[in-house]
Amino acid sequence: MILTLVLLPVLAGLVAFFLRHAPTRRLLLVLTALGHFGLTALAWVRRPAPALDDWLLMDAPGLLFLSIASLLFLVISIYTLGYLQREDWGRRQDFAEAFLFSNAREPSFTVCLLIFLGMMTLVTVSQHFGLLWVAVEATTLASAPLIYFHRHSRSLEATWKYIMICSVGIALALLGNFFLAVAATLGEHEYVPLLLTSLIERAASLHMPWFKGAFLFLLVGYGTKMGLAPMHTWLPDAHSESPSLVSALLSGALLNCAFLAIFRVQQVAVAAGQGPYGRHLLLGFGLLSMAVAAAFIVRQADFKRLLAYSSVEHMGILALAVGLGGKAGFGAMLHAVNHSVTKGMLFLVAGNILALYRSKSTADIRGVSRKLPISGALWVVGFLAITGSPPFGTFLSELVILKSALDQGRTAVAVAYLALLSIVFVGMGSLMLRMTQGQPAGLPVEQSEAGPGQAVAAPARLSVRESWLSVLPPIMLGSVALLLGIYVPPALRQLLEQAAKAVGAQ
Amino acid sequence: MKLWLDTLLVLLILTNLKLISSSRLSACIRVVAMQGILLSLVPLLVGAGHLSLRMVLLSALTMTVKGMVFPWLLLKVLRTASGSREIEPFVGFTTSLLVGVGLLTASFWMGRQLPLPVPSQSSLVVPLALFNTMMGLFAIISRRKALSQVLGYLVMENGIYAFGLAFALEEPLLVELGTLLDVFVAVFIMGIMVFHINRELDHTDTDRLSILKD
Repeated sequence: MILTLVLLPVLAGLVAFFLRHAPTRRLLLVLTALGHFGLTALAWVRRPAPALDDWLLMDAPGLLFLSIASLLFLVISIYTLGYLQREDWGRRQDFAEAFLFSNAREPSFTVCLLIFLGMMTLVTVSQHFGLLWVAVEATTLASAPLIYFHRHSRSLEATWKYIMICSVGIALALLGNFFLAVAATLGEHEYVPLLLTSLIERAASLHMPWFKGAFLFLLVGYGTKMGLAPMHTWLPDAHSESPSLVSALLSGALLNCAFLAIFRVQQVAVAAGQGPYGRHLLLGFGLLSMAVAAAFIVRQADFKRLLAYSSVEHMGILALAVGLGGKAGFGAMLHAVNHSVTKGMLFLVAGNILALYRSKSTADIRGVSRKLPISGALWVVGFLAITGSPPFGTFLSELVILKSALDQGRTAVAVAYLALLSIVFVGMGSLMLRMTQGQPAGLPVEQSEAGPGQAVAAPARLSVRESWLSVLPPIMLGSVALLLGIYVPPALRQLLEQAAKAVGAQ
Repeated sequence: MKLWLDTLLVLLILTNLKLISSSRLSACIRVVAMQGILLSLVPLLVGAGHLSLRMVLLSALTMTVKGMVFPWLLLKVLRTASGSREIEPFVGFTTSLLVGVGLLTASFWMGRQLPLPVPSQSSLVVPLALFNTMMGLFAIISRRKALSQVLGYLVMENGIYAFGLAFALEEPLLVELGTLLDVFVAVFIMGIMVFHINRELDHTDTDRLSILKD
């Protein structure tokens, strides 16, 4: 069953490669996403049996992050249908620099999307640190062509930075893996498999200096992929230049996968009695990430970069929350879910705005609410949700984390956390709300020849009809974000608690 | 056996210094190919006398991928790329060599701080792994051409791989193969990207990839 989960998207990807008929291929994408989601839902009812000598096993953290990725992928695959339909496949003009470019071929795009899903699934169910590494690196490789979908110089630069920085980071994680192997061998004087369960069992006899080295390398390595400052430099570029649905996947699902890898290492650290060591480091990286993100969010000129820096901020919150431990552990798990659905929704809406305005400038765009009534409303809702306003889920999870910091008597951390959250709130608020209000402005000038500019040629006052394929997916994600703020289902609460317990939190 | 291994490791260290002081990209690619071939001999020598099928297989695969496929691929990319084939580093060759020697000293010092898991193993393995990793990182940040950054990544990966070969002896083969496959695909994609950068922009200078910034 676990194997089916991993192999289903990969095999579907192989089939998609040979399908010449575009509608069939798109249908296959949605059906695979649906099948994957169904299998994941089944795992909630009954946990699947371990496979491959316990190398693949679904524990609470794994199931949680798998569910996030699967839900997000399903919703995004529906959005993709509309996206691929409205994409112009010939050569066309770039809106920023006016050179001509074309897209990557659609089959390879679909193939990479599906393999990307398969590899993310593998990350969530891997219990062996070596296999986990292979899977995390594979997610980088599968997603690099997705970022280079629009073939022009900016996306090329973004992809180059993404693949170079992440590969180097993940190579450091490989060194960390070997350090971990040495730590295990030295302590036990015999071979210990790098399985999470067996490492936790014999954690007390790990050789501590080597283990601490391993922890550092793994944290820096996977932290690069997760977007923790100061290793986050690839993230704003990749998120701003890739198609919006890919940004949504990167932000909502991929960053979580890297977080899960760090979470696994922290599980071993806790069992080895090095919990405080790991927590200190995570706390430091978390606060730094929040600070760096806040500094770049204020006065950000590009709204997709704005969302990307917001992802850096939220990854910082996750690291900070695990670093705090205690009740914040539960908060971290809940926050991971909230952030993924909210950020996924925001990126999809950003895609709608970008498609109409053909600009990413926060300074020029005005009147989104009038031109795109539904997307405009969703943009405001998304802003409130991502900055942790009630009644959305993020409010709840950020509050749990704050309360835990105060309960532990760490006033300085709590104050810094609150201050940074407020800066981000004000920064994002002023930029995002300004975009929605006022008379529509910043629209592309009318183009004389018929083509991609057709929709724009309508009078500026009139709102544009939005296709349900472009607004329904963000509405779905938005409702989940809202629902989680009002009511956390008992099954989810139980899973979140189990996951938090894995790192010794409550 | 230990003598052979030590010799091999010293040769590996020397390839790094050679790499950092070469000015032509094609020469650098050959040095990295040489490093890959030397590296592929490590599994044959760490087994303390007896050769297992697993080790031979690993050695053969490493030699094929790192010693032949990568250099072939990179030379092919280099041939299609127009423009200068010189390295044009940010840091000069003499300074680079000095930095290399400094890093070598640092790696030996750090290597001594960490106790070895298998006492009979060569004491050069940890310093070599650290040295290769740091040299790779140094090459990535101090060289301008996209191809030399790929070479830096490869050197770094070689160091980590050497460490894995020497110590994590009982690492399951599946993981080793997965690692090798991932690196292979990574270099493959990087090669394609260099090709695209060259076609799109008529140069492969990474310092000119600077449109995206805040």
